[in-house]
Amino acid sequence: MSQTFPISVTVNGKVYNREVEPRLLLSDFLRHDLGLIGTHVGCEHGICGACTILFDGEPVRSCLIFAVQANGHEIRTVESLGTPDHLHPLQQSFKDKHALQCGFCTPGFLMTLVPFLEEHPNPSEDEIREAIDGNICRCTGYEKIVEAVEDAAAKLSQAK
Amino acid sequence: MKPVNFDYYAPTSVEEALDTLAELGYNGKVLAGGQSLIAAMNFRMARPGALVDLNNIPELSYIKPTPEGGLAIGTMTRVYAVEHSPEVAKRFPLLPEVAKFIAHPQIRRRGTFGGAIAHADPAGQLPSISMVMNMKCLIKGKGKEDRWVDAPDLIIGPFMTVIEPDEMLAEVVINPLPARTGARYEQVSRQNGGYAQAAVASIVTLDEKDNCKDVRMILMGVGELPILSTKASEILVGNKPTTEAIEAVAEEAAASEIDPATDLHGTAEYRRSITRVLIVRSLTEAFARAEKGG
Repeated sequence: MSQTFPISVTVNGKVYNREVEPRLLLSDFLRHDLGLIGTHVGCEHGICGACTILFDGEPVRSCLIFAVQANGHEIRTVESLGTPDHLHPLQQSFKDKHALQCGFCTPGFLMTLVPFLEEHPNPSEDEIREAIDGNICRCTGYEKIVEAVEDAAAKLSQAK
Repeated sequence: MKPVNFDYYAPTSVEEALDTLAELGYNGKVLAGGQSLIAAMNFRMARPGALVDLNNIPELSYIKPTPEGGLAIGTMTRVYAVEHSPEVAKRFPLLPEVAKFIAHPQIRRRGTFGGAIAHADPAGQLPSISMVMNMKCLIKGKGKEDRWVDAPDLIIGPFMTVIEPDEMLAEVVINPLPARTGARYEQVSRQNGGYAQAAVASIVTLDEKDNCKDVRMILMGVGELPILSTKASEILVGNKPTTEAIEAVAEEAAASEIDPATDLHGTAEYRRSITRVLIVRSLTEAFARAEKGG
């Protein structure tokens, strides 16, 4: 075990104080140290997008950031979106439009798309496809995912 | 845990970062956005003894106009910030055009402009673009005088630059382009954000008689390193950029200037063939844009 560093990180609104080795990835910190297993790890080298989380509001790969680098920052994971009884509108659209099959990639898609929809309330299909070009769905269910995003965009703009 | 053990330093000023790098010598490595380095560390292909994390140094993140009319970009400026900067789009529309091809949106949020150049990945877009735009790179080191290196002299091999272990790339300056200059990036890859099978970036300037005054063209993914074409200027400078002249550049450059490899993703012949097509597309559009004023 090498030297550890104390970190204080806010995850989904809650402050956690932990000691971490520098080589601990943020993705592993979230899953193993905090038990937030909604964040999935697929490739662990930045290709698949399953581990996408919000780092100070920005969608990034949690497998390409060390936990020690999250010190003083604010993280949001898929656990922050909705509960089974009260799904986030985007989660509801994924459910309604059958935009998940095995569901492994879904947390990464959601955490990529939540800020995207905030910035693009009425996205075109091309814009949606570009937004998710860094997320791989191994079931290849992209058609339904695009439909779900369009559905969520319509619902969210109506609600405003 | 995926990477091997390393020591971690999180300086909060450039001075402190340079002190730390000087102390660590060959054992130390700068951590910028980490979007290439951490992936390589996860594979244990990269095993730095110590990382000097620049993410806590806000003074390294900026896009500032220079007195000459160009831009100075701090090394830690995220690619996403460059991609979406109105200052950049106004002066150098080539950059946001290229940025769309750099990996994926989530990577561009974290990856840095200077980090990508200093990483000198021959498959990366930004090292090539820094070369074709002849960007000026400011290198700092403890107890050393600041030095400026032109991007084509900075990159000396795949993943190799003239930056010493006790130094870091601090700033990149892009000088303003002359009037009637147009540019265009063209790339073929299997999927959005994937490696380029081949790519071409051209920057051309027209004189008042619509002759080609200057042309810089770089060929990517078709050799060990990005290749700055000499054929393009031999054939075009001083002449009208006719369809025939542009096709002649494409023929000659694709025949003699590149050395594409055969791999899983495509054969050398295929890469040579698409390079020819991309050169024609890139130059044609660049000249059209130059004619419209850039």
